[in-house]
Amino acid sequence: MPFKTRLLAVVAPLTFGVALALPLLVPSTASAHRGWMVPSATVLSGEGAWVGVDAAVSNELFYADHNPMRLDAVVVTAPDGSVEKIQNPATGKYRSTFDVQLAKPGTYKIGSAVSTITASWTQDGQVKRFRGSPEDFARQVPAAAADLKTIKSFNRNETFVTRDAPTTTVFAPTGKGLELVPVTHPNDLVAGEAATFRFLLDGKPAADLEVTFAPGNSRYRAAPGDFKVRTGADGSFKVTFPEAGMYWMNAVVRTGETGRGPGGPGMGGPGVAPGGAQPPATPLAGDGMSASYTATLEALLP
Amino acid sequence: MKRSPPKLSMSLLTFAGAAVATPALAADLAVTVEVPRLTVAEYHKPYVSIWIENPADATAAGTLAVWYDAGSKEDKGVKWLKDMRQWWRKAGRAMSFPADGISGATRAPGPQKLLFSGAKGPLKDLKPGQYNLVVEAAREVGGQEAVRVPFAWGKPGKPAVAKGATEVGAVTVAVK
Repeated sequence: MPFKTRLLAVVAPLTFGVALALPLLVPSTASAHRGWMVPSATVLSGEGAWVGVDAAVSNELFYADHNPMRLDAVVVTAPDGSVEKIQNPATGKYRSTFDVQLAKPGTYKIGSAVSTITASWTQDGQVKRFRGSPEDFARQVPAAAADLKTIKSFNRNETFVTRDAPTTTVFAPTGKGLELVPVTHPNDLVAGEAATFRFLLDGKPAADLEVTFAPGNSRYRAAPGDFKVRTGADGSFKVTFPEAGMYWMNAVVRTGETGRGPGGPGMGGPGVAPGGAQPPATPLAGDGMSASYTATLEALLP
Repeated sequence: MKRSPPKLSMSLLTFAGAAVATPALAADLAVTVEVPRLTVAEYHKPYVSIWIENPADATAAGTLAVWYDAGSKEDKGVKWLKDMRQWWRKAGRAMSFPADGISGATRAPGPQKLLFSGAKGPLKDLKPGQYNLVVEAAREVGGQEAVRVPFAWGKPGKPAVAKGATEVGAVTVAVK
């Protein structure tokens, strides 16, 4: 992590005041584990088109150097809105891979939307903890639990591929979590041209949301090249991709108690194992929610 | 590429234009595209799209010809159409292939003389004005290049020439 090291070296000798800001700075840059799905192509032509997808959680983009992405929750939404399974899935040490056949013309969404509830409550004088799906929450956590505190998170991680002309069926909002609404189609991105996107949070415009873009090929760049933009009141923002390539896009909304430090949930999408009830008997500090959105986008040469 | 003899289509258009009293654009577009001869270890004839561009907004005003390997058993050639990426984005992705009167086989190195009838295809309804003729080539295990040649549609004019650097040789365009 050369960037982190350089940051420390430059900032530390200044003042204590500046040094205090460091813990907030670092997770958003150098030490963020970022979940991604990179398709072998995003713009395809003709019948018989397939893409292979690499999926991993890593620091450098897009190098599988940390953990494979879990594929349990990854599905394919076809241009007609039908949901299909991924094909030939395999999970290795550092990355998962799978295939998607583009049997129909139009735009496919490949991704996961994972809803997780973390909860604590008191039962028989003991603190109980839960982490899992809303369905398991309803089954396993008593409805009238004492001191019940919940953190609800909704994490999306997506990429898009188009065979022949782009379509927009897969972007129909569901009203859950953070969702991308294309003004510019995500498979119609060209380096140097301004693109417009819009974010919705639970179906409403996600205003004043910070959106991070990080280009791939970071290993061969002196500085990572990340940049941030902010949504307006209607949840929309403009972005111009400086050069052709794959980009990682991420936005996170947190309110209330989220039980984690900065840069916590959402970065890895479905990389977090659900259902693993942790025994540390400490109650949550309060109620909260988080929603994250991650996508891998490709900007083509003009 | 099968096209009617140009003289026949010209006279047809003139006749039709006179009959309905619309301004007859009794013109054809003569295009010569040089497919460059390349000394490379693995050579495949390029896929080539020839299309008309509105210079004001860079949108496509019509596709005149697409040369590709429609006979490929593996993918009918359509798999690589997207590599002519400017044309694919602006026109190709909304078309279906093979496209009648547009699809054609890939061509060998050397000058390729073409004549597009003003009575047919996108030229038939093209309004008089300034356009670019774009020749965009993409070659398997090679590169991609688009060459633009400006031309004025509506009346006969002098030939205009532009030359590509890598994948497209000299392109000559004349309204006749």
